[in-house]
Amino acid sequence: MIRNITLGQYLPGSSPLHRADPRTKIIITMMFMVLLFIINSIWALLAAFVFVTAAFKIAHIPFKFAIKGVRPVLYIILFTVVLNMFLTEGKVLVNLGFAKITEEGLLLAAIVSLRVFMLIASASIMTYTSTPIMLTDGIEKLLALLKKIKVPVHEMAMMMTIALRFIPTLIDETDKIMKAQAARGADIGTGNVFERAKSFIPILIPLFVSSFRRADDLAIAMEARCYRGSEGRTSMRVLKYGRIDVAIFLSFCIICAGILMIHYLI
Amino acid sequence: MIKPRKGWAVSLDKIISMRNVNYTYMKNSPLEKQAVFDISLDVEKGEFLAIIGHTGSGKSTLVQHLNGLIKPDSGTITVAGMPTKGKGLKELRRKVGIVFQYPEHQLFEETIYKDIEFGLLKQGIEAKERERRVRETAAVLELSDEILAKSPYELSGGQKRRAAIAGILVLEPEILILDEPAAGLDPAGTRELFDIVTSLYKEKHITVILVSHSMELVAEYASRIIVMNEGRIVIDGSPGEIFMQAEYLEKIGLGVPQITKLMARLSEFCPGIRRDIFSVRAAETEIMRCLGGGK
Repeated sequence: MIRNITLGQYLPGSSPLHRADPRTKIIITMMFMVLLFIINSIWALLAAFVFVTAAFKIAHIPFKFAIKGVRPVLYIILFTVVLNMFLTEGKVLVNLGFAKITEEGLLLAAIVSLRVFMLIASASIMTYTSTPIMLTDGIEKLLALLKKIKVPVHEMAMMMTIALRFIPTLIDETDKIMKAQAARGADIGTGNVFERAKSFIPILIPLFVSSFRRADDLAIAMEARCYRGSEGRTSMRVLKYGRIDVAIFLSFCIICAGILMIHYLI
Repeated sequence: MIKPRKGWAVSLDKIISMRNVNYTYMKNSPLEKQAVFDISLDVEKGEFLAIIGHTGSGKSTLVQHLNGLIKPDSGTITVAGMPTKGKGLKELRRKVGIVFQYPEHQLFEETIYKDIEFGLLKQGIEAKERERRVRETAAVLELSDEILAKSPYELSGGQKRRAAIAGILVLEPEILILDEPAAGLDPAGTRELFDIVTSLYKEKHITVILVSHSMELVAEYASRIIVMNEGRIVIDGSPGEIFMQAEYLEKIGLGVPQITKLMARLSEFCPGIRRDIFSVRAAETEIMRCLGGGK
């Protein structure tokens, strides 16, 4: 029933973006997001848009997946577009009487929606091309400096890894329990608000119970393998910067410079 | 052809009819995986059908089609005279009871009694009838009043399993589907459970579909066996017919019951001994017959 959700979002592949070090991808994504807020000319944003589209091409991910990621915030984008279109002062293009559309408004709407779209699309390239585990590994390594001031970076990364690792498991489990209760005649998510809320009890209780059981089992399994936190721990997957990372990083810098040039010169 | 085994009541009404059913998980995504391919299957009323296959062979997916939990991408399914979509789903789900793998994970009420009653409440059955049916089902599954009053989390594994199955049986389904019902039970618990299912089958003349990968169980109880491999039905026949194809079964990772293997070995030394034997008891009789005949 809910099996068809892609959460965790990783799409397996072997493109350069898939093979790149997660740290490279995290840093690039963050830099690109900052860039998106620096530039505010429509041409620079369009150039950035071409770059994002190209990145999807390189990663062999169909562009419709970018749109799929944006769907949850679609209404927010539409809302800002409409507000910008009607409420910006300037040269009037269409006058509807009660409201008017201005040229400046249209431009602003385009800029804002492009920006939000690319923010999400660029973040989703990162999640589409790296497994959640790779990403947490990357974050842990990037934040390693904070360990010096006693921030429990490893523990936080471990918790995140575990949480991410169990998302698919929980989805499967929810699916199974929903089916089992539906087979007994439970109708889930129908009726008025109260009935609907109540109809989730037969799903949530078994789900909670199994989550606790799983957590317990996992804790025992980890202790049995002598897990004692970060002190002196090495990693099975050693992250290593390679030629690919250098190439990706350099080309990204050049493209950024190009986009900035468009922003300042035009 | 379906060959009824002695003592099993088989009438010849079609209760399930599947035609060219296909189903794909995560359709239209890079992770899509077709689970069943072009399945056509007829089940007669009162059959004890077993579906065996390796993990991931599509057997669980197949049975979930039978009460509309999964709707086929293409093909048609008719169960008990109803299509598995549209308005009749609730009625259909009353007629088709599915016991999922590890059914005890679906227990959620404060007491076992309430949990068994859940499905009946959902059907809007009146209190007196509910009570009668819960008590009756509990008796069949050997759940005492003391157990009925307990919370699901105070019971042993076997008790939980039986309580969860009671929650399905209380709806008095015409078709009972059991998906790996013995997983995680000890031999005694398994035997107990199957004796209950068998007696229900004989007394109430329901249709039973058993999904399993345990050859021993399937051979002993089923009147007809379907072997699935990679989403397709590869063999369909009586246990005798199925287990004669030992080599093919081994090839797709299944194999035949231990006792059948033993009989095959024995036949090398003792020609004339029957090889289509699936239970220890039948083997004993056959070996004695052979020895007696030799004297």
